[in-house]
Amino acid sequence: MDVWFFLIQLLNGVQYGLLLFLVASGLTLIFGIMGIINLAHGAFYMLGAYLAWWLAGLTGSLVAAVVLSLPLAALVGYVIEALLVRTLYKRDHLDQVLLTYGLILIFNEAQRILWGNDVHGIAMPTAVNWSVRLTETLSYPVYRVILSGICAALAVVMYVVIAKTRFGMWVRAGASNRDMVAALGINVKLLFGVVFAVGAALAGLAGAISTPISSVAPGMGDTVLILCFVVVVIGGVGSVKGAFLGAMLIGLADTFGKVFVPDFASFTVYGVMAAVLLWKPRGLFA
Amino acid sequence: MTLHLPKRLAIVLVVLLAALALFPLWGKLVFAAKFAFLMQKLTGIMILAILAMSLDLLVGVAGLVSLGHAAFFGLGGYVLAMMSPQYEAANLWVVLPAALAVCALASLVVGYLSIRTSGIYFIMVTLAFGQMGYYFFNDSKAAGGSDGAYIYVKPTVEAFGITVLDLEQKLTFFYVALGVLVGVYALLRMLLASPFGRVLGAIGVNEYRVQGLGFNPMVYKLVAFTIAGTLAGLGGFLAATQYGFVSPAMLGWHQSGHVLVMVILGGMGTLFGPVLGAFILELAHFAFESMTDHWLLPMGAMVIAIVLLLPKGVAGLLLQWSKGKGAGE
Amino acid sequence: MDFVKGLSRRSVLQVGAMAAAGASGFVPTRFAIGNTAKVKVGFLLPYTGTYAGLGEAITNGFKMAIEERGGKLGGREIQYVAVDSEANPAKGPENTNKLVSGENVDFIVGPVHSGVALGMVKVVRESGTITIIANAGAGAATGPLCAPNIFRTSFTNWQTAYPMGKVAVDRGLKNVVTMSWKYAAGEEALSGFEAGFTKAGGKVTKQILVPFPSDEFQANLTEIASLKPDGVFVFFAGAGALKFVKDYAAAGLKSIPLMGPGFLTDGVLKAQGEAAEGVLTTLHYADALDTSENKVFRAAYAKAFAKEADVYAVQGYDAAQLMVQGMAAVKGDAGAKPALIEAMEKAVIKSPRGAFTLSKAHNPVQDIYLRQVKNGKEIVIGVADKALADPATGCKMA
Repeated sequence: MDVWFFLIQLLNGVQYGLLLFLVASGLTLIFGIMGIINLAHGAFYMLGAYLAWWLAGLTGSLVAAVVLSLPLAALVGYVIEALLVRTLYKRDHLDQVLLTYGLILIFNEAQRILWGNDVHGIAMPTAVNWSVRLTETLSYPVYRVILSGICAALAVVMYVVIAKTRFGMWVRAGASNRDMVAALGINVKLLFGVVFAVGAALAGLAGAISTPISSVAPGMGDTVLILCFVVVVIGGVGSVKGAFLGAMLIGLADTFGKVFVPDFASFTVYGVMAAVLLWKPRGLFA
Repeated sequence: MTLHLPKRLAIVLVVLLAALALFPLWGKLVFAAKFAFLMQKLTGIMILAILAMSLDLLVGVAGLVSLGHAAFFGLGGYVLAMMSPQYEAANLWVVLPAALAVCALASLVVGYLSIRTSGIYFIMVTLAFGQMGYYFFNDSKAAGGSDGAYIYVKPTVEAFGITVLDLEQKLTFFYVALGVLVGVYALLRMLLASPFGRVLGAIGVNEYRVQGLGFNPMVYKLVAFTIAGTLAGLGGFLAATQYGFVSPAMLGWHQSGHVLVMVILGGMGTLFGPVLGAFILELAHFAFESMTDHWLLPMGAMVIAIVLLLPKGVAGLLLQWSKGKGAGE
Repeated sequence: MDFVKGLSRRSVLQVGAMAAAGASGFVPTRFAIGNTAKVKVGFLLPYTGTYAGLGEAITNGFKMAIEERGGKLGGREIQYVAVDSEANPAKGPENTNKLVSGENVDFIVGPVHSGVALGMVKVVRESGTITIIANAGAGAATGPLCAPNIFRTSFTNWQTAYPMGKVAVDRGLKNVVTMSWKYAAGEEALSGFEAGFTKAGGKVTKQILVPFPSDEFQANLTEIASLKPDGVFVFFAGAGALKFVKDYAAAGLKSIPLMGPGFLTDGVLKAQGEAAEGVLTTLHYADALDTSENKVFRAAYAKAFAKEADVYAVQGYDAAQLMVQGMAAVKGDAGAKPALIEAMEKAVIKSPRGAFTLSKAHNPVQDIYLRQVKNGKEIVIGVADKALADPATGCKMA
């Protein structure tokens, strides 16, 4: 195993981790602030991807499609919060689980009715359709680099917002004590609506911007959902920093697991999660 | 946790149970050609109901929400598949205890590792172990891999050299499943009424208080997890026997989630609620699917309607109804 | 509860039919049922989830073939019953049973997923229901588990991969890396390729199996690049195939020829775009097959469903053809099973893929085409293996 090989795999792992962070960040926000286990998070990811594919077809531009799909995903999120989720805040967490489970079914059927069963892909925009040569045989697609940049930038933005702004203060307060946020006289209803919409938009964004290197297909939200929960839980629920580290850990574990212990690659993600939680029963940062 | 059943509710449940038990009689008249299938469908639902009840012990009573419970269900089935000889019947008195022992041991180990976490972390740790179980059978060639494995001949129940129960007989198997369903319900009811059950229920409400009273919640949780895992294994054993087929999907998180939905929808902590949940969810699926290609839509709408309108599940509604009526008399 | 009513109404009809059959005593069923009752055809296919598109195509293809042949089977009207398999193997036996004993279907057409197929086979081996597998390539279904009532109009995973072994060697590829998801279909295809490849003198340097359904391939692509093989053989289908081919190209690996069973490009070729250029595949069908049967078929399909036909539609189409021939031979008497099975065994299917017959194990003996993507189109280079039959290892009928 030469050093180059190891370094490239490191790059793969980090890049995958960054992408995972983007998908999971919305989930940790919603969970941290609102205490809601949102099973429909994967459905928002799917929604973003399908919107991007659909809008890219209409507008002919991936950038326009991503930009347009973002507010649409947020709107859907807000409406769902206002109509359904809002009625359940005083209820048991498991009622919210059940509600969002029902939402998955409806999202999946809506996707089928609106966009059909076929597998789609979005062509890479020509401007970024090139690769950086790393070794004699291997290149690195520049879009993945851009994607990593976007994810990293978002991580920084989220960190700053949460650490330095009033909104961030509410978020932190909400994560540690939900009742206190209400006691502070904050409009909890509005805050929760916005948070849910932001969470949905983040998942939608992840789905939308990864379309050129991924596929748009029925059931795509399912696999992502579990990975998101793994990332969020490893990091410690509600902690954006934790979600970031959790995502890195899973990205790297998955990458190196596939290469160095291929026979156990199916187990690596779950093995890492179990190990982390047995060591720190409340995640790395909680 | 509801231990005492109001009289009216008890009557309703007994009537439902009687209707189920007598299905082989009246079902034939009402459903005619579909009868044979419906009886097997009901058998399958009863098996899922056993699984749901065992999960209720964790979720509804002890407050331990597991998303890996199906792993023990699948494990029970796989032990049967792996111990069954290809051309002859396995002896039930050997394979059943073996399956239960394996599931008990597995749930003891998984439980021991998992119960130190709580809340969503517990959900995720159990999910992790469940998925490991899934991939174990999916990846290993020994047990048929991703395509699953067959049990060619169903186990026989023999006593003193005479075949007591012929599990190949669908009617017999129907009553075996019904018997196990009622038996598991009775067992869990007794368990909950015992001092152990009372402490366990108290843990579900407030763990720290129980600890303050000098009990070690960990021990109670671990015992509950092991019992639930073993009963899930019993359900899986029956499921594998029914069609003679096991598949890794039996252990996967979809299956675990499906059963969790039954428990919440039916009404947590009531034991009979999850049983109703199993019947409602499965029969609704069956009905919606025969009505429309887009069955996911009414299914999702039904789940959402129940959660919005019935705060404590179907069981909550029934309890409220029977208490309200009772108070009026 | 409308559905209960619906059930009983249909049941009443069935009771009537059974009573009529019973009344006629020992008279063969052919005359008892005559041409009045409808033939029941059950679909066990995925209509929701990842494989929903395949279920749709098979159903479409099947119904189209029936319509083209007068909408009847052996002179009898057809009643379709569709069950959503959800591609869930755990529910395979139950869903099959729903068709077999719940609906008393005369035929079953399905499924897509191998795991579901095995669950289905378990039930129909006991019930004797005539079953046509219209996709799932699990070797066991026409191998150790083969049965007189189980037919297949699709392929075995082995069939789609074995011929590529020789092709690879002929093209000077000596060291090849193989890759697939870690599940039975993929592993069967890889071992099929390896059998053909080593027989022709090649060597598989490494077999990579990734967890199903993970579609993050970067780590393994890096590994492939470092191994510098002469060629790469993979088994992927659907969304995974779309992504793999794109990732492979983006990783700059296009200088290493990419090969696989045709599912690698079928149905996703357009979405793969440039990335698929040069990909070499083997399959029992090709969209571009230059025969009049295929052209007529594709035109009719496009007209009927406003979408391009694919290999899955062909498999459904041929399942119907097989059924039509069988039912014609017994003049619509689905109960005359031995005669029906015999007729189906002898059927020659004029498929859009080219005519084929069935092996003793009831699997198509078919030409496997070598195809390559050129200028965004799948070109048929030729026949990689003529009239190839699955070895059907373990099948007692073979």
